[in-house]
Amino acid sequence: MSNLSAEGGHGAVPLEGVPTGQGVPAPEPEWPLYEVFVRGKRGLNHVHVGSLHAADDRMALLHARDVYTRRNEGVSIWVVRADAITASSPDEKDPMFAPSGDKVYRHPTFYDIPDNVPHM
Amino acid sequence: MTLTEAAPDEALEAHFEATIARNDRIEPRDWMPEGYRKTLVRQIAQHAHSEIIGMQPEGNWITRAPSLRRKAILLAKVQDEAGHGLYLYSAAETLGVSRLELTEMLISGRQKYSSIFNYPTLSYADVGAIGWLVDGAAICNQVPLCRTSYGPYGRAMIRVCKEESFHQRQGYELLTTMMRGTDEQRAMVQESIDRFWWPALMMFGPPDADSPNTAQSMAWGIKRNTNDELRQKFVDMSVPQAEALGVTLPDPELVWNEERGHHDFGQPDWEEFMQGVKGNGPCNAQRMAHRRRAHEDGAWVREAATAYAAKQRAAKQGETSA
Repeated sequence: MSNLSAEGGHGAVPLEGVPTGQGVPAPEPEWPLYEVFVRGKRGLNHVHVGSLHAADDRMALLHARDVYTRRNEGVSIWVVRADAITASSPDEKDPMFAPSGDKVYRHPTFYDIPDNVPHM
Repeated sequence: MTLTEAAPDEALEAHFEATIARNDRIEPRDWMPEGYRKTLVRQIAQHAHSEIIGMQPEGNWITRAPSLRRKAILLAKVQDEAGHGLYLYSAAETLGVSRLELTEMLISGRQKYSSIFNYPTLSYADVGAIGWLVDGAAICNQVPLCRTSYGPYGRAMIRVCKEESFHQRQGYELLTTMMRGTDEQRAMVQESIDRFWWPALMMFGPPDADSPNTAQSMAWGIKRNTNDELRQKFVDMSVPQAEALGVTLPDPELVWNEERGHHDFGQPDWEEFMQGVKGNGPCNAQRMAHRRRAHEDGAWVREAATAYAAKQRAAKQGETSA
């Protein structure tokens, strides 16, 4: 019984002889993937909460409500097709964010202010 | 060889290891070793399948709930299990496996689900016992997973854990209500606990000595506690809860060990566990057949929705070009 673990969260599942996906084409056309963003309450930004599949935008919005806001988690939902998002590449992380790394003068702590100056 | 001269893969691996060592999270588009990716796909997918199959044992009682209140609670609970499955499939997909492929691997039986869901639910008290013990064990497993090293999995687990607390409490409250009822109702509760206690202990997996994969999963920060640590925690938590409820846990070896500061307890029947995992549990065939039927019966709905979406899109394009 060696290759079993509680890693499945809801209980022990086998760890060996289990395929992990070949990236093979799906047997039927898959509905597009949508990313879901929820505004928790007024005054807050929309925050990414997960994704779902839907045939169209309207269905994506309804599914997002059922999957991600069953307990008053939000007052507004955005759904965006995942293929419409342009993201920075993790491989380019260093050159991408380097310009801000060496500009310490952009932070307030860079400046020495005499201790006797109040409210600054 | 110095770091700057290292092959690209080694530099990437060093970066990955450093991120894990800092207790930082790995995010979807980061480089990761293939073994880490595969371990996660397998773990998250089988966790998702367990949530989806997990709707069936309790779903069995929705139409026969004893009151409208209990029916509303049970409906909400079973809907949550579906939601948990969807959060987890969403996390698994960030690792480059498609939803349809995951579904296919479940209904073809190539990927598994937790064997706890292969036990039948014979009385309404089972709804309570599952909430208290099965969801209680799931909480023990899942709380540490909120800190797992893979970002999307940890975030899904945080959502799941918030909802799991409702599951456990509704179960315990249901049992409390029955324990205040007739002798027959109290007997039903005890009978249900007798059936679910050992399967709940099995949920944590075999003893650590028989779990060689745990070490790698812990080194990668995927798993945070060993099977035996979690099982001990669950037993220690459950004993005072059983006392408050007024039921007996069916283990003659269960006793407080002053020296260890923990309860000693007996071993579940691991042979029964192995049979369940191999697909020979009491309800394996029924659970799989039901899931397969649901998928096949839903085919026309998926096709209709796809056709409707295409028609709407075409109509919209017609409008703009006109």
